Amino acid sequence: MSAVMQTRPASTHGAPAPATVAGPVTQVRVVRAEWTKLRALRSTWWCALTAVVLIVGLGAAIGGSGAPYKISAGNSAAGGVTISLVGILFAQLVLGMLGVLAFSGEYATGMIRATLAVVPSRLPVLWAKLIVLVAFMLPLSLLAAVAEFFVATALESSRGGSAITLTDPGVLQEVIGASLYLTVIAVTGLALGALLRRTAAGLAVFAAVFLVVPLVAAYLPASIKGFAPYLPSNAGGTIWGAGKLFGGQQLSPWTGFAVLCGYAVMLTGLAAWQLRRRDA
Amino acid sequence: MIEIDGLTKRYGDKTAVDALSFVVEPGVVTGFLGPNGAGKSTTMRMIAGLDGPSSGTVRVNGKFYPRTAAPMSELGILLDARSVHPGMSARNNLLALARTAGIGRRRVDEVIELAGLGEVAGSRAGGFSLGMGQRLGVAAALLGRPQTVVLDEPVNGLDPDGVRWIRLLLKSLAAEGRTVFVSSHLMSEMAQTATRLVVLGRGKLISQGSVEDFVDHATTGGVLVRTPDTVRLGQLLAAPGITVMNDGTDLLRVSGTTAEQIGAAAWRAHLPIYELTPTRASLEEAFMQVTKDSIEYHAGATQ
Repeated sequence: MSAVMQTRPASTHGAPAPATVAGPVTQVRVVRAEWTKLRALRSTWWCALTAVVLIVGLGAAIGGSGAPYKISAGNSAAGGVTISLVGILFAQLVLGMLGVLAFSGEYATGMIRATLAVVPSRLPVLWAKLIVLVAFMLPLSLLAAVAEFFVATALESSRGGSAITLTDPGVLQEVIGASLYLTVIAVTGLALGALLRRTAAGLAVFAAVFLVVPLVAAYLPASIKGFAPYLPSNAGGTIWGAGKLFGGQQLSPWTGFAVLCGYAVMLTGLAAWQLRRRDA
Repeated sequence: MIEIDGLTKRYGDKTAVDALSFVVEPGVVTGFLGPNGAGKSTTMRMIAGLDGPSSGTVRVNGKFYPRTAAPMSELGILLDARSVHPGMSARNNLLALARTAGIGRRRVDEVIELAGLGEVAGSRAGGFSLGMGQRLGVAAALLGRPQTVVLDEPVNGLDPDGVRWIRLLLKSLAAEGRTVFVSSHLMSEMAQTATRLVVLGRGKLISQGSVEDFVDHATTGGVLVRTPDTVRLGQLLAAPGITVMNDGTDLLRVSGTTAEQIGAAAWRAHLPIYELTPTRASLEEAFMQVTKDSIEYHAGATQ
């Protein structure tokens, strides 16, 4: 890069312009600012692409191989959908990272100081990141889940499996539930990123909570694993039927999802409290 | 205007800023000096509301900054450490800040041109040199046409052209009636730019006032004397409180006495004098003298 620096010492104004250009900070303006950032970062699009490929790709692999899925007394239509959605288990780590990075990235680079200096009341930044992340995640994850559903069911039925449609019992709830689950997962990552401030720490805690702890809990003796259904991933996973993958006791779908939302709200509340009082 | 009153910041049992009170007036460039670790950056972060004071208050343009309706029109700040996202272009970094105050793309492009970043505005800020990073930081500080501008080490890493740009920029901001508060380690640069000074040592206020008063109060000025026999003149002048320094040429720097006394002593000894020049201390000398007791980390002895 050999840019020639052109210096204009004369004035800070350039052409005649109004005396003030900066208006009041509003929540809508901060949302626009945060969208500018999320959109401008390559990591956003890499995480999104990876998640979609994982969900649709694994769904296609499952739909296109093995014994064709036949609906029967023990195998519901919704059960078939859950199995093909298994890519969520991996995609959730990538989307959690997207959430963590949305906040920890600002601390890692020092940008947070510029951000909070122009929004010194601070909380609008957290709400804006939350709104932008949800607005980005909902359509993205719904697109991935719907695409996965059509790809996997088309492959299954082409191989002689049962034709599963969105109107079969529980199917629509699982497809939409997959999108809701992944969105709340990303929000949890955002809150962890805000709380821990470091990308590595945020990712480590996220992976521990959503991957390691549920795996360990699955192998505990039945007498002491009464807490397992309340783990965030186990509770929230019920909304796309994940409990069926591992068996064991589980909450009902909407109750489980509400528990996951409870964790996300709690972590976001802690993040807000800390953002207000800690030095940047 | 920045009004600081009883400002204190403690980290654990270390006091970074200790009961600091001073006022930075609009319309002039005020320099902020102090050795490393004196608390300058901490003070600047507290002005921007990034760090909360342990006690005391900061007012920017008469207001409590975190509660101002339009922060970007009140205060523009460049902080010591980099505060841009390296993964975003210069333009997007600025745009993200501008959006919070409803500032449009036109103003963003204006400050990009102003900072001389026109040709690299679309490149990722992570690839910028230190100097270009500084230019971007200054551009960000000016985005909202703020009434008060606070810059921490703005000339750090800039080439001579950039240093000149900052100097003229600061003066023109002050001439527009804005409050300009700027820290720097380059004393010669500060001497050319600032008209008032706030000097800090170990978190405490050492001095505030005009640059002239600050320099006049220093006693390190001394007298330059040129003579063919420097050794003999040195012996003649030797007395408690008088120091004579010789750099190996025929020039002596004498402090602790006056030109009149040196001239009279030389005349009595029939010693020719070719030059006798009273000098004022430079800002750097004045600064070293005033802060010598409050430097946190001494370099190895140099005398």
